[in-house]
Amino acid sequence: MIYLELFFEFFKIGLFTFGGGYAMIPLVKELVINKSWLSEELFYDFIGVCESTPGPIAINMATFVGSTQGGLLGSILATLGVVLPSFIIIILVATILTKFTNNKHFKNFLQGIKPIIVALITSTGLILLAKAIGYNSNFEFTINDLSIGIFAGICLIYSIYKIVFKKKINTILLIVISALLGVVVSYLT
Amino acid sequence: MKTCLDLFWTFFKLGLFTFGGGYAMIPQLKEIVVEKKKWATMDEVMEIIAIAESTPGPIAINMATYIGFKQSKVLGSLCSTIGVILPSLIIIYLISLFFNQFLALKFVNYAFVGIKCAVAFLILRAGLDMFKKMKKTIFSLSIFIIVFSLLIIFELFAISFSSIIFILCGGLLGIIFYGISQRKKVSE
Repeated sequence: MIYLELFFEFFKIGLFTFGGGYAMIPLVKELVINKSWLSEELFYDFIGVCESTPGPIAINMATFVGSTQGGLLGSILATLGVVLPSFIIIILVATILTKFTNNKHFKNFLQGIKPIIVALITSTGLILLAKAIGYNSNFEFTINDLSIGIFAGICLIYSIYKIVFKKKINTILLIVISALLGVVVSYLT
Repeated sequence: MKTCLDLFWTFFKLGLFTFGGGYAMIPQLKEIVVEKKKWATMDEVMEIIAIAESTPGPIAINMATYIGFKQSKVLGSLCSTIGVILPSLIIIYLISLFFNQFLALKFVNYAFVGIKCAVAFLILRAGLDMFKKMKKTIFSLSIFIIVFSLLIIFELFAISFSSIIFILCGGLLGIIFYGISQRKKVSE
Protein backbone atom coordinates (compact mmCIF):
# COMPACT_ATOMS: atom_id res chain seq x y z
CA MET A 1 0.00 0.00 0.00
CA ILE A 2 1.98 2.95 -1.34
CA TYR A 3 -0.13 5.62 0.40
CA LEU A 4 0.45 4.21 3.89
CA GLU A 5 4.11 3.67 3.09
CA LEU A 6 4.53 7.29 1.99
CA PHE A 7 2.76 8.51 5.12
CA PHE A 8 4.81 6.41 7.56
CA GLU A 9 8.18 6.93 5.88
CA PHE A 10 7.72 10.70 5.90
CA PHE A 11 6.33 10.60 9.43
CA LYS A 12 9.58 8.93 10.47
CA ILE A 13 11.62 11.57 8.67
CA GLY A 14 9.57 14.37 10.26
CA LEU A 15 10.17 12.86 13.66
CA PHE A 16 13.95 12.69 13.29
CA THR A 17 14.70 15.91 11.44
CA PHE A 18 16.37 18.19 13.95
CA GLY A 19 18.06 21.32 12.70
CA GLY A 20 16.05 22.37 9.68
CA GLY A 21 15.62 21.41 6.06
CA TYR A 22 19.21 20.67 5.09
CA ALA A 23 19.50 18.01 7.77
CA MET A 24 16.59 16.25 6.11
CA ILE A 25 18.18 15.92 2.68
CA PRO A 26 20.30 12.83 3.49
CA LEU A 27 17.33 11.14 5.18
CA VAL A 28 15.09 11.66 2.14
CA LYS A 29 17.91 10.61 -0.18
CA GLU A 30 18.32 7.32 1.70
CA LEU A 31 14.56 6.75 1.52
CA VAL A 32 14.07 7.42 -2.20
CA ILE A 33 17.13 5.40 -3.20
CA ASN A 34 16.44 2.39 -0.95
CA LYS A 35 12.87 2.21 -2.23
CA SER A 36 13.93 2.99 -5.83
CA TRP A 37 11.39 5.81 -5.90
CA LEU A 38 13.65 8.35 -7.62
CA SER A 39 17.04 8.28 -9.30
CA GLU A 40 19.80 10.04 -7.39
CA GLU A 41 20.22 12.41 -10.35
CA LEU A 42 16.57 13.46 -10.33
CA PHE A 43 16.61 13.85 -6.56
CA TYR A 44 19.57 16.24 -6.64
CA ASP A 45 18.01 18.22 -9.47
CA PHE A 46 14.89 18.55 -7.39
CA ILE A 47 16.80 20.06 -4.45
CA GLY A 48 17.58 22.94 -6.81
CA VAL A 49 13.84 23.40 -7.35
CA CYS A 50 13.17 23.29 -3.58
CA GLU A 51 15.68 26.06 -3.03
CA SER A 52 14.01 28.34 -5.54
CA THR A 53 10.33 27.80 -4.72
CA PRO A 54 8.58 29.09 -1.59
CA GLY A 55 8.01 27.01 1.49
CA PRO A 56 10.05 24.76 3.78
CA ILE A 57 12.34 22.27 2.00
CA ALA A 58 10.79 19.43 4.04
CA ILE A 59 7.30 20.12 2.70
CA ASN A 60 8.50 20.58 -0.87
CA MET A 61 10.35 17.25 -0.83
CA ALA A 62 7.49 15.32 0.73
CA THR A 63 5.05 16.76 -1.80
CA PHE A 64 7.32 15.95 -4.74
CA VAL A 65 8.18 12.39 -3.70
CA GLY A 66 4.54 11.75 -2.78
CA SER A 67 3.31 13.04 -6.11
CA THR A 68 5.73 10.95 -8.17
CA GLN A 69 4.70 7.78 -6.28
CA GLY A 70 1.02 8.30 -5.59
CA GLY A 71 -0.28 11.34 -7.45
CA LEU A 72 -2.22 14.04 -5.59
CA LEU A 73 -3.28 11.76 -2.73
CA GLY A 74 0.31 10.56 -2.38
CA SER A 75 1.63 14.09 -2.12
CA ILE A 76 -1.00 15.04 0.46
CA LEU A 77 -0.27 11.97 2.60
CA ALA A 78 3.52 12.36 2.44
CA THR A 79 3.18 16.03 3.41
CA LEU A 80 0.81 15.22 6.28
CA GLY A 81 3.26 12.56 7.42
CA VAL A 82 6.21 14.93 7.55
CA VAL A 83 4.20 17.64 9.34
CA LEU A 84 2.34 15.55 11.89
CA PRO A 85 5.25 14.86 14.32
CA SER A 86 6.02 18.59 14.65
CA PHE A 87 2.34 19.38 15.00
CA ILE A 88 1.79 16.88 17.80
CA ILE A 89 5.03 17.70 19.61
CA ILE A 90 4.42 21.47 19.55
CA ILE A 91 0.90 21.03 20.92
CA LEU A 92 2.28 18.82 23.68
CA VAL A 93 4.96 21.41 24.46
CA ALA A 94 2.33 24.17 24.50
CA THR A 95 0.02 22.27 26.85
CA ILE A 96 1.50 19.70 29.19
CA LEU A 97 5.22 19.68 28.46
CA THR A 98 5.90 23.39 28.97
CA LYS A 99 9.08 22.66 30.93
CA PHE A 100 10.18 19.75 28.74
CA THR A 101 12.63 21.70 26.58
CA ASN A 102 14.42 22.74 29.81
CA ASN A 103 14.86 19.12 30.88
CA LYS A 104 18.54 18.36 31.56
CA HIS A 105 18.60 14.98 29.82
CA PHE A 106 16.75 16.34 26.82
CA LYS A 107 19.30 19.17 26.52
CA ASN A 108 22.12 16.62 26.64
CA PHE A 109 20.32 14.59 23.98
CA LEU A 110 20.29 17.67 21.72
CA GLN A 111 23.96 18.36 22.47
CA GLY A 112 24.77 14.82 21.39
CA ILE A 113 22.78 15.16 18.17
CA LYS A 114 24.43 18.41 17.08
CA PRO A 115 27.74 17.01 15.75
CA ILE A 116 25.78 14.29 13.89
CA ILE A 117 23.64 16.91 12.12
CA VAL A 118 26.74 18.93 11.20
CA ALA A 119 28.41 15.76 9.86
CA LEU A 120 25.28 14.83 7.88
CA ILE A 121 25.02 18.24 6.23
CA THR A 122 28.76 18.67 5.54
CA SER A 123 29.13 15.20 4.04
CA THR A 124 26.01 15.68 1.90
CA GLY A 125 27.48 18.93 0.55
CA LEU A 126 30.82 17.26 -0.15
CA ILE A 127 29.23 14.24 -1.87
CA LEU A 128 27.04 16.54 -3.97
CA LEU A 129 30.09 18.55 -4.99
CA ALA A 130 32.02 15.39 -5.91
CA LYS A 131 29.08 14.18 -8.03
CA ALA A 132 28.66 17.57 -9.70
CA ILE A 133 32.30 17.68 -10.78
CA GLY A 134 32.44 14.13 -12.06
CA TYR A 135 32.32 11.33 -9.47
CA ASN A 136 30.31 8.46 -10.99
CA SER A 137 30.19 6.05 -8.03
CA ASN A 138 32.18 2.79 -7.92
CA PHE A 139 35.39 4.83 -7.63
CA GLU A 140 35.13 6.11 -11.19
CA PHE A 141 35.89 9.71 -11.88
CA THR A 142 35.37 11.55 -15.16
CA ILE A 143 36.47 15.11 -14.50
CA ASN A 144 33.91 17.62 -15.65
CA ASP A 145 35.82 20.85 -16.39
CA LEU A 146 32.62 22.73 -17.07
CA SER A 147 31.20 22.10 -13.59
CA ILE A 148 34.52 22.82 -11.90
CA GLY A 149 34.57 26.16 -13.72
CA ILE A 150 30.99 26.95 -12.68
CA PHE A 151 31.65 25.97 -9.07
CA ALA A 152 34.74 28.23 -9.00
CA GLY A 153 32.59 31.00 -10.50
CA ILE A 154 29.97 30.56 -7.78
CA CYS A 155 32.62 30.73 -5.04
CA LEU A 156 34.03 33.88 -6.63
CA ILE A 157 30.62 35.58 -6.99
CA TYR A 158 29.74 34.67 -3.40
CA SER A 159 32.99 36.13 -2.03
CA ILE A 160 32.84 39.31 -4.13
CA TYR A 161 29.21 39.90 -3.13
CA LYS A 162 30.13 39.43 0.52
CA ILE A 163 33.01 41.92 0.30
CA VAL A 164 31.07 44.54 -1.68
CA PHE A 165 27.66 44.37 0.04
CA LYS A 166 28.87 43.08 3.44
CA LYS A 167 26.17 40.39 3.50
CA LYS A 168 25.44 36.95 2.10
CA ILE A 169 24.02 36.74 -1.41
CA ASN A 170 20.34 35.83 -1.64
CA THR A 171 19.92 32.10 -2.30
CA ILE A 172 17.51 32.51 -5.20
CA LEU A 173 19.75 35.09 -6.86
CA LEU A 174 22.70 32.70 -6.56
CA ILE A 175 20.67 29.85 -8.10
CA VAL A 176 19.49 32.05 -10.99
CA ILE A 177 23.07 33.18 -11.66
CA SER A 178 24.35 29.58 -11.64
CA ALA A 179 21.55 28.47 -13.96
CA LEU A 180 22.54 31.23 -16.39
CA LEU A 181 26.20 30.26 -15.99
CA GLY A 182 25.25 26.66 -16.79
CA VAL A 183 23.38 27.66 -19.96
CA VAL A 184 26.01 30.14 -21.19
CA VAL A 185 29.02 27.89 -20.52
CA SER A 186 27.30 24.83 -22.05
CA TYR A 187 26.44 26.69 -25.26
CA LEU A 188 29.93 28.16 -25.51
CA THR A 189 31.69 24.81 -25.26
CA MET B 1 -14.23 31.10 13.40
CA LYS B 2 -13.10 34.53 12.25
CA THR B 3 -9.77 34.11 14.05
CA CYS B 4 -9.30 30.72 12.40
CA LEU B 5 -9.83 32.11 8.91
CA ASP B 6 -7.50 34.98 9.75
CA LEU B 7 -4.85 32.50 10.98
CA PHE B 8 -5.25 30.40 7.85
CA TRP B 9 -4.97 33.34 5.49
CA THR B 10 -2.07 35.02 7.30
CA PHE B 11 -0.01 31.83 7.37
CA PHE B 12 -0.98 31.02 3.78
CA LYS B 13 0.62 34.33 2.75
CA LEU B 14 3.66 33.64 4.94
CA GLY B 15 4.06 30.22 3.30
CA LEU B 16 3.71 31.73 -0.16
CA PHE B 17 6.40 34.34 0.33
CA THR B 18 8.92 32.40 2.40
CA PHE B 19 11.76 31.29 0.22
CA GLY B 20 14.61 29.28 1.67
CA GLY B 21 13.20 27.76 4.81
CA GLY B 22 12.19 28.71 8.32
CA TYR B 23 14.75 31.34 9.30
CA ALA B 24 13.85 33.42 6.23
CA MET B 25 10.34 33.59 7.69
CA ILE B 26 11.36 35.39 10.89
CA PRO B 27 11.47 39.01 9.58
CA GLN B 28 8.03 38.64 7.97
CA LEU B 29 6.68 36.86 11.02
CA LYS B 30 7.84 39.79 13.14
CA GLU B 31 6.18 42.32 10.86
CA ILE B 32 2.85 40.55 10.45
CA VAL B 33 2.33 38.41 13.55
CA VAL B 34 4.01 40.68 16.12
CA GLU B 35 3.45 44.21 14.85
CA LYS B 36 0.27 44.01 12.79
CA LYS B 37 -1.80 41.18 14.28
CA LYS B 38 -0.32 41.33 17.80
CA TRP B 39 -0.68 37.55 18.13
CA ALA B 40 2.65 37.27 19.93
CA THR B 41 5.38 39.52 21.34
CA MET B 42 8.89 39.46 19.94
CA ASP B 43 10.08 37.72 23.13
CA GLU B 44 7.53 34.98 22.54
CA VAL B 45 8.69 34.61 18.93
CA MET B 46 12.28 34.22 20.15
CA GLU B 47 11.09 31.61 22.63
CA ILE B 48 9.21 29.76 19.89
CA ILE B 49 12.38 29.77 17.77
CA ALA B 50 14.29 28.21 20.67
CA ILE B 51 11.58 25.54 21.04
CA ALA B 52 11.47 25.00 17.27
CA GLU B 53 15.21 24.44 17.24
CA SER B 54 15.02 21.81 19.93
CA THR B 55 12.04 19.91 18.52
CA PRO B 56 12.03 17.95 15.28
CA GLY B 57 10.44 19.22 12.11
CA PRO B 58 10.51 22.31 9.94
CA ILE B 59 10.74 25.59 11.88
CA ALA B 60 7.91 27.15 9.82
CA ILE B 61 5.54 24.36 10.87
CA ASN B 62 6.55 24.61 14.53
CA MET B 63 5.91 28.36 14.51
CA ALA B 64 2.55 28.10 12.75
CA THR B 65 1.38 25.35 15.12
CA TYR B 66 2.48 27.24 18.24
CA ILE B 67 1.02 30.63 17.30
CA GLY B 68 -2.21 29.05 16.04
CA PHE B 69 -2.56 27.10 19.29
CA LYS B 70 -2.09 30.25 21.36
CA GLN B 71 -4.92 31.97 19.48
CA SER B 72 -7.55 29.24 19.19
CA LYS B 73 -6.24 25.94 20.60
CA VAL B 74 -6.08 22.86 18.35
CA LEU B 75 -8.44 24.28 15.71
CA GLY B 76 -6.30 27.40 15.45
CA SER B 77 -3.09 25.43 15.08
CA LEU B 78 -4.72 23.26 12.41
CA CYS B 79 -5.76 26.35 10.44
CA SER B 80 -2.37 28.07 10.61
CA THR B 81 -0.41 24.87 9.87
CA ILE B 82 -2.56 23.95 6.87
CA GLY B 83 -2.27 27.58 5.76
CA VAL B 84 1.52 27.56 5.84
CA ILE B 85 1.90 24.25 3.95
CA LEU B 86 -0.79 24.75 1.31
CA PRO B 87 1.17 27.09 -1.02
CA SER B 88 4.13 24.66 -1.17
CA LEU B 89 1.83 21.71 -1.66
CA ILE B 90 0.04 23.35 -4.60
CA ILE B 91 3.17 24.76 -6.27
CA ILE B 92 5.29 21.61 -5.93
CA TYR B 93 2.43 19.33 -6.99
CA LEU B 94 2.04 21.36 -10.20
CA ILE B 95 5.80 21.31 -10.79
CA SER B 96 5.96 17.54 -10.21
CA LEU B 97 3.47 16.98 -13.03
CA PHE B 98 5.79 18.60 -15.56
CA PHE B 99 9.24 18.16 -14.03
CA ASN B 100 10.39 15.33 -16.29
CA GLN B 101 9.28 17.04 -19.50
CA PHE B 102 10.82 20.24 -18.19
CA LEU B 103 14.19 18.54 -17.56
CA ALA B 104 14.14 17.07 -21.06
CA LEU B 105 14.43 20.56 -22.56
CA LYS B 106 18.01 21.15 -23.64
CA PHE B 107 18.52 24.59 -22.10
CA VAL B 108 16.88 23.49 -18.83
CA ASN B 109 19.30 20.60 -18.73
CA TYR B 110 22.18 23.03 -19.17
CA ALA B 111 20.76 25.29 -16.47
CA PHE B 112 20.70 22.35 -14.05
CA VAL B 113 24.42 21.78 -14.63
CA GLY B 114 24.86 25.17 -12.96
CA ILE B 115 22.10 24.71 -10.38
CA LYS B 116 23.66 21.45 -9.21
CA CYS B 117 26.90 23.28 -8.45
CA ALA B 118 24.99 26.01 -6.61
CA VAL B 119 23.13 23.46 -4.47
CA ALA B 120 26.41 21.69 -3.60
CA PHE B 121 27.90 25.06 -2.68
CA LEU B 122 24.92 26.10 -0.53
CA ILE B 123 24.75 22.84 1.42
CA LEU B 124 28.51 22.62 1.90
CA ARG B 125 28.62 26.23 3.08
CA ALA B 126 25.73 25.66 5.49
CA GLY B 127 27.56 22.62 6.87
CA LEU B 128 30.85 24.48 7.28
CA ASP B 129 29.06 27.45 8.94
CA MET B 130 27.47 25.03 11.40
CA PHE B 131 30.84 23.40 12.04
CA LYS B 132 32.39 26.79 12.82
CA LYS B 133 29.60 27.56 15.30
CA MET B 134 29.61 24.08 16.87
CA LYS B 135 30.90 23.94 20.45
CA LYS B 136 34.10 21.94 20.01
CA THR B 137 34.77 19.50 22.81
CA ILE B 138 36.67 16.22 22.53
CA PHE B 139 33.28 14.52 22.60
CA SER B 140 31.62 16.56 19.83
CA LEU B 141 34.72 16.59 17.61
CA SER B 142 35.28 12.84 17.80
CA ILE B 143 31.59 12.15 17.11
CA PHE B 144 31.75 14.53 14.16
CA ILE B 145 34.87 12.91 12.69
CA ILE B 146 33.60 9.33 13.14
CA VAL B 147 30.16 10.00 11.66
CA PHE B 148 31.54 12.15 8.84
CA SER B 149 34.04 9.43 7.82
CA LEU B 150 31.40 6.69 8.05
CA LEU B 151 29.00 8.70 5.88
CA ILE B 152 31.67 9.19 3.20
CA ILE B 153 32.67 5.48 3.36
CA PHE B 154 29.02 4.39 3.07
CA GLU B 155 28.66 6.61 0.02
CA LEU B 156 31.84 5.31 -1.62
CA PHE B 157 30.90 1.65 -1.13
CA ALA B 158 27.20 2.30 -1.81
CA ILE B 159 26.21 0.84 1.56
CA SER B 160 22.62 1.64 2.44
CA PHE B 161 22.20 2.74 6.02
CA SER B 162 19.66 4.80 7.88
CA SER B 163 21.08 8.01 9.33
CA ILE B 164 18.28 7.96 11.89
CA ILE B 165 20.41 5.38 13.72
CA PHE B 166 23.29 7.90 13.90
CA ILE B 167 20.94 10.56 15.25
CA LEU B 168 19.59 8.23 17.96
CA CYS B 169 23.10 7.03 18.95
CA GLY B 170 24.34 10.64 19.12
CA GLY B 171 21.47 11.62 21.38
CA LEU B 172 22.02 8.62 23.63
CA LEU B 173 25.78 9.24 23.87
CA GLY B 174 25.01 12.89 24.66
CA ILE B 175 22.80 11.91 27.58
CA ILE B 176 25.46 9.54 28.94
CA PHE B 177 28.55 11.68 28.33
CA TYR B 178 27.19 15.10 29.34
CA GLY B 179 25.25 13.50 32.19
CA ILE B 180 28.42 11.99 33.65
CA SER B 181 30.48 15.16 33.21
CA GLN B 182 27.75 17.25 34.87
CA ARG B 183 27.62 14.85 37.82
CA LYS B 184 31.41 15.04 38.18
CA LYS B 185 31.25 18.84 38.30
CA VAL B 186 28.59 18.73 41.02
CA SER B 187 30.61 16.28 43.16
CA GLU B 188 33.76 18.40 42.81
